[in-house]
Amino acid sequence: MNTNLTYYLVLGICLFAVGTAGVLVRKNPLVMFMSVELMWNAVNLIFLAFSRYLADAAGQVFVFLVITVAAAEVATGLGIIVVVFRRRRSLDADRLSALKE
Amino acid sequence: MILFGILALLALVFAVFMVATRNAVHSALFLIGNFVILAILYITLGAEFLGLAQILVYAGAVMVLFLFVIAYLSAGTEASETGPALAWQLPLGIAAGVLSLGLLLWGTLGAVLTPTAAPPHFGSLAFLGRALFTTYLFPFEITAFLLLAALVGVVVLVRDER
Repeated sequence: MNTNLTYYLVLGICLFAVGTAGVLVRKNPLVMFMSVELMWNAVNLIFLAFSRYLADAAGQVFVFLVITVAAAEVATGLGIIVVVFRRRRSLDADRLSALKE
Repeated sequence: MILFGILALLALVFAVFMVATRNAVHSALFLIGNFVILAILYITLGAEFLGLAQILVYAGAVMVLFLFVIAYLSAGTEASETGPALAWQLPLGIAAGVLSLGLLLWGTLGAVLTPTAAPPHFGSLAFLGRALFTTYLFPFEITAFLLLAALVGVVVLVRDER
């Protein structure tokens, strides 16, 4: 089993950066939300790499909790997006500027 | 090593396509591909149960929910990227991504770590279950309340107001 920590760290960091750029660049809230999911998973990968490297169960338990929290987050987040769409009939994050005025 | 290289390349390509493609459904499908690749990587790290949970929960349940909402809201998705653009959003967003990549790499690659030998059955269901139901029992119970709160919250949020 290959467990070279650095390669996993670099892959996790690259995925996290792609997710960051995705949240900032895209205007469709659904795709922004998917980018956040990508960032969760990049962090999970790094957790598991450290867990394997230090032979510690805490990393795996933490990933388990993160998956649970992400499921709850997706449910509530998509609920909020559906409510916003019902009120404004639009899926453009740029138009959600009610707090600006 | 070769396996890791192929999987890492595929995961990155799927992630970049997920961000770059215009169509929200294609984004979701690319993200499912990325999650499956990540599940394989989890298994190569010895986390067999979490790899399977990743496929079941993320690639399965979460992405089905995403696709369902995309289909439900599809009336607005085609025009959503054509509205009045924020000035400099694209170059600044990409620059911020590259900057975070550089900062994280710079902060991480200097660290020196010594590996520890893995105990037998590391990452098996029994191993994870023992940790989850002894040392980490309290956080595990808290997640049950979290899921309940999310469930009730969504029902309250999206109910008809009539």
